[in-house]
Amino acid sequence: MNWLKAALTEIVQLFVDDGSLASFATVLILIVAGAVKIMDIPPLWGGLALLVGLVAILVESLSRAARLANKSGKRH
Amino acid sequence: MPLSVILPVVLAAFLASLVEVVEAFTIVLAVGLTRGWRPALGGALLALIVLGVLVAVLGPLLELVPLQVLQFVIGALLILFGLRWLRKAILRAAGLMPLHDEEKAFARERAELSRHPHAAHADRRAAFAAFNAVLLEGLEVVFIVVAVGAGRGMLVYASLGAAAAVLVILVVGLVVHRPLSKIPENMLKFVVGLMLTSFGVFWSGEGLGADWPGGDLSLLGILVLFIVVSVGAVRWLRPLRRGALRVVK
Repeated sequence: MNWLKAALTEIVQLFVDDGSLASFATVLILIVAGAVKIMDIPPLWGGLALLVGLVAILVESLSRAARLANKSGKRH
Repeated sequence: MPLSVILPVVLAAFLASLVEVVEAFTIVLAVGLTRGWRPALGGALLALIVLGVLVAVLGPLLELVPLQVLQFVIGALLILFGLRWLRKAILRAAGLMPLHDEEKAFARERAELSRHPHAAHADRRAAFAAFNAVLLEGLEVVFIVVAVGAGRGMLVYASLGAAAAVLVILVVGLVVHRPLSKIPENMLKFVVGLMLTSFGVFWSGEGLGADWPGGDLSLLGILVLFIVVSVGAVRWLRPLRRGALRVVK
């Protein structure tokens, strides 16, 4: 059953690499969906918020990765 | 259906599958050249059968899901999948993360398989390595095909893109008979990450009921925005690599 465990792990890793990136993106998607479906925000606004939010999340993740790389570089 | 809608789907499935098939091919080749072609092809064939059963069982279930729900869920998964590839590709392009090396993966697999050449289960272990590689990379191909194809009922076109990728790698692999390390994997991942993330935002928006301005053309607008941000990020991060002795994961 090792292959089944490996397959399940692989499926999760399809979507999750940097945990924070995946978590932030998931939370944003849920918030936008909630805002459109429950608070009656126009769907196009929701789509645009998703787009802008994802760009911000990507930039934040890259900046964190760069900081981490620099920090470890200075330590060496 | 217009070609402008079909082409991005076929291209995204083709390019993404190309990356995955190259990785599976490297392992199967390593198994074949180290332990012989019987365990290599046997393992790969068994994995293809498992994948075929999976698609046959799960495929029809997709038709039961309402289109808007399907678009939203698949869009969300595409966003997570695409962003992961895009982030990695940007960091690799900027030199903050090492490039994936097929030659290294090939050598590692061969060394692993050669460690116990006369062990009773050596052939079985080799077949399992081939099975595992084809199944795991195949799962990614299946996801990509479903994700880019199901949102607009274009599973057939997406499957054709993936099948073309398999065919190209098989033909090239049979000719060169060595790991396909010359394929610019990071550039492919960069392009695919951009396409899948853009598809994800577009499908999710449609799933929520958004009427994108310009219809399908807005997919191009989303793609351009991600290209600008990603290329800008590479330029911004590149000077930092000098100070970064240890690369990030």
